Amino acid sequence: MPGVSMEKAPIPENQTSVFVVRKRTFTLVFLGVSAVFAISSVVTDYNVIDGFVAIPRAVSWIAENFVPDKKAWSRFPNILEKLIETALLSVAVTVCAAVCALFSALLGTKTTKINPWIGRGVRIVAAFFRNVPDVVWAILLLFSFGQNILTGFFALFFYTFGVLTRTFIETIDEVSANCVEALRATGANLLQTVFQGILPSSAPEIVSWILYMIETNIRNSTLIGVLTATGIGYMFDLYYKRMDYGSAGLVVISIVALVILIETISNQIRKAIM
Amino acid sequence: MPVLKFQNVSKVYDNVTKALTDVSFSVEEGEFVSVIGPSGSGKSTLLRCVNRLVDATQGSILLDGRDITRADKNEIRRIRKRTGMIFQHYNLVDRLSIIENVLHGRLGHKSALAGAVGHFTEREKEDAFRILAKLGLTEQAYKRCDELSGGQKQRVGIARSLMQEPRLILCDEPIASLDPSSAKVIMDHLSDINKTMNITCILNLHQVDVAMKYSKRIIGITLGRIVYDGPPERLSKSKIHEIYQSSEGELITDAGC
Amino acid sequence: MSGLVVADAAPFALDLQKYMHKNRAGKIKTAAMSKNGFAVKLTVLVLLGLTLYGFATFDYKNIDIAEAVAGTFDNIKTMFGRPRLSYNTLAGALKALFVTFSLGALSTVFGAVIALFGALFCAKNIANPKAANIIKSFVAFIRAVPTILWVLIFTVAAGLGSVAAVIGLTFHSAGYLIKAYAESIEEMDDGIIEALKASGASFWQIVFQAVLPSSVGYMIAWTFLRFEINFTNAVAVGAAAGAGGIGFDLYMAGSHYFDLRELGFITYMIVAAVIALEMVASKIKSRVG
Repeated sequence: MPGVSMEKAPIPENQTSVFVVRKRTFTLVFLGVSAVFAISSVVTDYNVIDGFVAIPRAVSWIAENFVPDKKAWSRFPNILEKLIETALLSVAVTVCAAVCALFSALLGTKTTKINPWIGRGVRIVAAFFRNVPDVVWAILLLFSFGQNILTGFFALFFYTFGVLTRTFIETIDEVSANCVEALRATGANLLQTVFQGILPSSAPEIVSWILYMIETNIRNSTLIGVLTATGIGYMFDLYYKRMDYGSAGLVVISIVALVILIETISNQIRKAIM
Repeated sequence: MPVLKFQNVSKVYDNVTKALTDVSFSVEEGEFVSVIGPSGSGKSTLLRCVNRLVDATQGSILLDGRDITRADKNEIRRIRKRTGMIFQHYNLVDRLSIIENVLHGRLGHKSALAGAVGHFTEREKEDAFRILAKLGLTEQAYKRCDELSGGQKQRVGIARSLMQEPRLILCDEPIASLDPSSAKVIMDHLSDINKTMNITCILNLHQVDVAMKYSKRIIGITLGRIVYDGPPERLSKSKIHEIYQSSEGELITDAGC
Repeated sequence: MSGLVVADAAPFALDLQKYMHKNRAGKIKTAAMSKNGFAVKLTVLVLLGLTLYGFATFDYKNIDIAEAVAGTFDNIKTMFGRPRLSYNTLAGALKALFVTFSLGALSTVFGAVIALFGALFCAKNIANPKAANIIKSFVAFIRAVPTILWVLIFTVAAGLGSVAAVIGLTFHSAGYLIKAYAESIEEMDDGIIEALKASGASFWQIVFQAVLPSSVGYMIAWTFLRFEINFTNAVAVGAAAGAGGIGFDLYMAGSHYFDLRELGFITYMIVAAVIALEMVASKIKSRVG
């Protein structure tokens, strides 16, 4: 952005042009955003006024109906069971995907110099898994796996694998390239370079990414659950469709508590490992 | 017989970028040679051709009389394990301890598995401590490398390469990231190693004054070609300008930094 | 070992002992004494343990995994190998894709506008710490509720249609972008703000003269990244909440018509769109970053 670079080194005689450029940038951004907004509203049939009115109305409706009642609390043990299952599922998926992603990242990174063609192949495969939305996998897996926890497992697995492969490759390239060169120069072989150089130097980053994906997968597994009638997502969908909003509200509150709990733990762990 | 001999070596990256063109020189055992030249002149490529981190495109490189340009995987490992290398950015594994980083110098000598799990003999560990003592780092032995200053990190780099029992140490801009006093400590250590242990040293340096002070032989390289090879006394001002392609009168100490 | 190294050994040997840490077996330790390394190992062990415990307790409902995997492979072959539209026309599918694209765009625009104000009151270098904490906890709550639940909740509260989808998607976009924008603002040079404060500029003058001009590049990059995410989320929401667009077509093809080939065709369209967006986003990122 022209405005940015000039801001750092203001030259007195250039000031007018700085302001002109900045004004032009703002005008362009503003016009562009307005155009996107206008076209999108028409295409999606979105009514701005409706949208704004809906929020306060929805909030008061939520406050009235989504408060867990006695009936809801009687279901809490069931909800808790599914909640724990969802949490364990997210951990299990992320850990399995991370192990596979680590292998493919070691094949895909340029630092190990295993083979440029294998590296390119790995990156293409990872891009494929990252870009096919997990809902597609969920719908596809429903055909053969049915309403089973494994449907959610594999749907989340493929996406997580794709994301983690890319981030692990980036991490390894960024963190380990220098020390890998040095280890290669001492005559270390691939296995030694990986265990003595790459893993120690990138481990904290890798663990941090795993924690992040566990958080993400809890949210995503809710969506997959709604779609495939499994886990905590199914619990919500069930109560929601029965219009038992108190229980649905309790499900939401439980999920929020779980996500915030896991976020807090993750942040503590990050502080400890960095 | 020279320790190292380059015969008409050329290196072209990606079929376009010429890094080295027809480079020939030889280094005798125990020499302390400085290679000077501007950034991008091919100095780093030249060093990396010696331990095959970079493969020369043409010509032959003789290490102890054996051509290494056609060496296979095992042969490369044999070359590397007796050739130390020191880097501008130290290239240590920051999250491991100093002693672990020093022991990395043994990896080339060990079985794949023992090295991978970090199993070193007591003898190797004691030797690592002895080398650390030489470099004045024993008290830091169990610190993590990211706790060290630049000068200390470079000393760990030197210790790692000594751990290899090298015949030859390649130094790629060893002092370019250091302040003058740490730089002096590092240069003194390298010079000492060269003299007392008779290890041949080849250094890439930016600082012409440092090169002239420490080495008895200087190789000047510009655009991938050797333009000077001789003692520092004969290196005239105009020759230095030719190497750095700078015009007469410009300040030349620390050129290129 | 080489004679050269060992020759120096004798005079040092005794002194060195005191620097060496030994383990119970009398071997010299090599690992650094750092909490970090221990924390990494502990975390990995706990995660592995939880994974094993999870696999042991999951209710697999006696599924025949081999059969299911084989079936899935067959389905994948049909789906990606022979894509074809039969219930949908190409024009219809493209229009649905455009609807999803627009849902993503709308929620990105709304999210960006909300986030702009949120970030100004949230960035450490210009905001009031109390206000920042309130906003941060609010954002944490919003982000903790999965997008799909926001959409479903607003569907009953505001009726099915684009309004619920856009509001639901906007919530998470705003939360994400507030964090990203605040970080971009925090990265700017403190000297500029100080200089303007010293010259008596008001908060809004500082915002428009210094903060926005110096962070607008990063903000645009983050916004585009979020647009890419919103597009994928719009697909998901369309499928799981019936909120329209290509996601709904995906759901119909797979779970209503059971047409794998149509599912494959629509998937290809989505993947192509996502890759195109990713390329645009990374191009923008490299230009402003």
